[in-house]
Amino acid sequence: MTAFEPILRIENLSVALPAGLDRSHAVQALSLDVHRRQIVCVVGESGSGKSVTASAVMRLLPEKVLRITGGAIRLEGEDIAAASPSRLCELRGNRMAMIFQEPLTALNPVMRVGDQIAEVLRIHRPKMAWDQVNPCVIELMADVHLPDPERLAKAYPHQLSGGQRQRVMIAMALALEPALIIADEPTTALDVTTQAQILRLFRELLTKHDSGVLMITHDFGVVADVADHVVVMRQGEVVECGAPDKVLTAPEHPYTRALIEAVPRFRYRAEPEADKQPVLSVEDLSLTYRNTSFLGAKRETKALDAVSFRLAPGETLGVVGESGSGKTSLAKTLLRFEKPDSGRILFRGRDVAGLSGAGLREMRRHIQMVFQDPYKSLNPRRRIGQSLIEGPIQHGVPRIRAVDRAGELMELVGLRRDALDRFPHEFSGGQRQRICIARALAMEPSVIVADEAVSALDVSVQAQVLRLFEDLQKRLGFAMIFVTHDLRVASNICDRIAVMQRGRIIEIGASRRVFEQPEAAYTRELLAAVPGFAREAAGG
Amino acid sequence: MSATERATSSARRTHFVEALLANRVALFSGILLLAIVLSAVLATVITGDDAFLIRPRQRLRPPGAEFWFGTDALGRDVFALVLHGGRISLLVGLLAALAGATVGTAIGLLTGYFRWLDPIVMRVMDGVMAIPGILFAVALVSLVGPSLVTIVAAITFAEIPRVTRLVRSVVLSVREESYVRAAEGLGIPPLLVLVRHILPSCIAPLIVQTTYMFAAAILSEAVLGFLGVGFPPDLPSWGNVLAEGRAVFQRAPWTIIAPGLFLAVTVMAVNLLGDGLRDRLDPRLSRAAKVSS
Repeated sequence: MTAFEPILRIENLSVALPAGLDRSHAVQALSLDVHRRQIVCVVGESGSGKSVTASAVMRLLPEKVLRITGGAIRLEGEDIAAASPSRLCELRGNRMAMIFQEPLTALNPVMRVGDQIAEVLRIHRPKMAWDQVNPCVIELMADVHLPDPERLAKAYPHQLSGGQRQRVMIAMALALEPALIIADEPTTALDVTTQAQILRLFRELLTKHDSGVLMITHDFGVVADVADHVVVMRQGEVVECGAPDKVLTAPEHPYTRALIEAVPRFRYRAEPEADKQPVLSVEDLSLTYRNTSFLGAKRETKALDAVSFRLAPGETLGVVGESGSGKTSLAKTLLRFEKPDSGRILFRGRDVAGLSGAGLREMRRHIQMVFQDPYKSLNPRRRIGQSLIEGPIQHGVPRIRAVDRAGELMELVGLRRDALDRFPHEFSGGQRQRICIARALAMEPSVIVADEAVSALDVSVQAQVLRLFEDLQKRLGFAMIFVTHDLRVASNICDRIAVMQRGRIIEIGASRRVFEQPEAAYTRELLAAVPGFAREAAGG
Repeated sequence: MSATERATSSARRTHFVEALLANRVALFSGILLLAIVLSAVLATVITGDDAFLIRPRQRLRPPGAEFWFGTDALGRDVFALVLHGGRISLLVGLLAALAGATVGTAIGLLTGYFRWLDPIVMRVMDGVMAIPGILFAVALVSLVGPSLVTIVAAITFAEIPRVTRLVRSVVLSVREESYVRAAEGLGIPPLLVLVRHILPSCIAPLIVQTTYMFAAAILSEAVLGFLGVGFPPDLPSWGNVLAEGRAVFQRAPWTIIAPGLFLAVTVMAVNLLGDGLRDRLDPRLSRAAKVSS
């Protein structure tokens, strides 16, 4: 094999969908090459067929539902579509390996991680001497920069952080030195700082092991950071491909342009007016989770540690930080889903931290929440209309008025009135999030708490929902607390930013000030890890 | 992989009845059960009041053209006895299943949702489960006397913990869904949240559990009848027909075989129907069952 022959060559691949769906093919006439030491990124929104492509290469498609109807997939010259099941078993792991999105569910929870890596070696390398397996595992773990590999090899998956688990997954994939690594959204579930480290790791290992990577992603920031070649997909078809510099800076296809356009950039709102009477002010809020283990040992986790801030009417405060920093705990406590240990939550001067029963229910109409996952936050068994009028009717609005108002809200969030008679599953993720916003607005709240409200959405939809939030806020004047891990999104919609780390607010101030002249080292670290940040900072 | 997800979810949405028809075993048991229920409901139309007619000169006749299932020690027509007996047995089964499901669901919903209730109620339930159901039923019936209410109550009591546990487990997982959180956030009172947003998720496993309870209750009633603490002998049920046949079993086996067969077939049909419903309503459970068997 010459150095120029690609590791993976996909020619004219088509995968058929079952009849009766909105399109006939999951993937249509896809061609791409992955060469040695190259990272090829397949980018697209959900439903673009990018994950189907990855599964087709691994021959992991559910064959009854998704059939390969044409084209060839050649791994180092061998046609995978024609390979026998036993040959496939040899190829998987040995010549190609896959890394999944969710590193927690992809590992066996009751097996030590060292044993899981060793298992791969034992199955695929039966001739390897038993006493050689362990040193090999330790070496692999050191390769992916896991700290103290000897100790970590004896740990169980739940004892590792998300980033460490993903490193273990990568070590397993690398164990047999495959020529091709397929990574399906390998960093989507990780924090930005961890994401940056994992992406660097990919680049380093590629050079060391002389392999190629096919990476599936929806994030153009990731593409900008690691890709050598980009393939943009929409509805199963390739709309554009080429070098990342060309695709990112001078996209030819309008769809690519729209996608890149939709990627949130740092952009700041006008400075807010100061000195308004705050609608919500939080003083020294603390929340501790207590676990009592089976043997009676108590474990305490400080989720919130003396958090204080003020929120002016019509203002948006962004809360950013890594997972585990206490962002979501703060949102839950403000809504009083959690009862704080100490501190005060003053809503229009009245402390709501200790309310319960009817008083709490009365307070809740004024502070509403929009949840992260639009697929789970609407009751699947109830019509949209029922969900929308439930709250107002509970608070004494006559039914006819509530129904009427629900119709107006549907139009306000850009949906049609007849959506009220339909069920949640008939809507896309973005539409559902609009419905959730409408449900919150139906209560005419003074404060809306949005917990990662756009994180589960595709970039183009994300941009639309952000615009909707901004537009509604201008018209209706509610204040908002916007919890997000994405600093770019935060900069777009927030007047002020609070940076959280280990339950504390370590920096708070106007968005532009916090992002352009960060005071805390941790804020600088977060900023540096934003995918594509270096490029953006350099390019302006 | 959204494309595959869409395909499987559309397949799952195919109509419930259609799927039941496709499951031949469930369909067959459904028809069988329907026939048994009809025979019990129409017992008087089919056989008149024969069940209660004593014919001293025609004692222990073997099955034949005149008496399809023969006669018992008092010369009563066993066929009529079995059909009439089905009324009591099925009625007890139905009432006990419904009562068990209702009470168990109510307790399960409350304990699952109000966590402070949980340790108290669940320990009580553990206690109830430790009492042998039949022993409790015998004790209750001998204390209060046999009547429809006491017998149903005695059988129901033993079934409640199982329903409570089932419903509680569903509530524990559903209450963490964000749509439940959203409803709470709208200021909906807890009881309404329970009924509107949590109860519907319990219905499917509950239907399945109720069919099993139905079968178990029919058996329990038969056991009580057999032990002589069920309904009085002049009110035939499958259990006490069996009990009376016991004395003459060696001379006239049909007095036991006929009611026993009805009892066995009914319980089997109900259980198979329950299995079919479970496969339909809770695909996860059926797959787990197949792996473990």
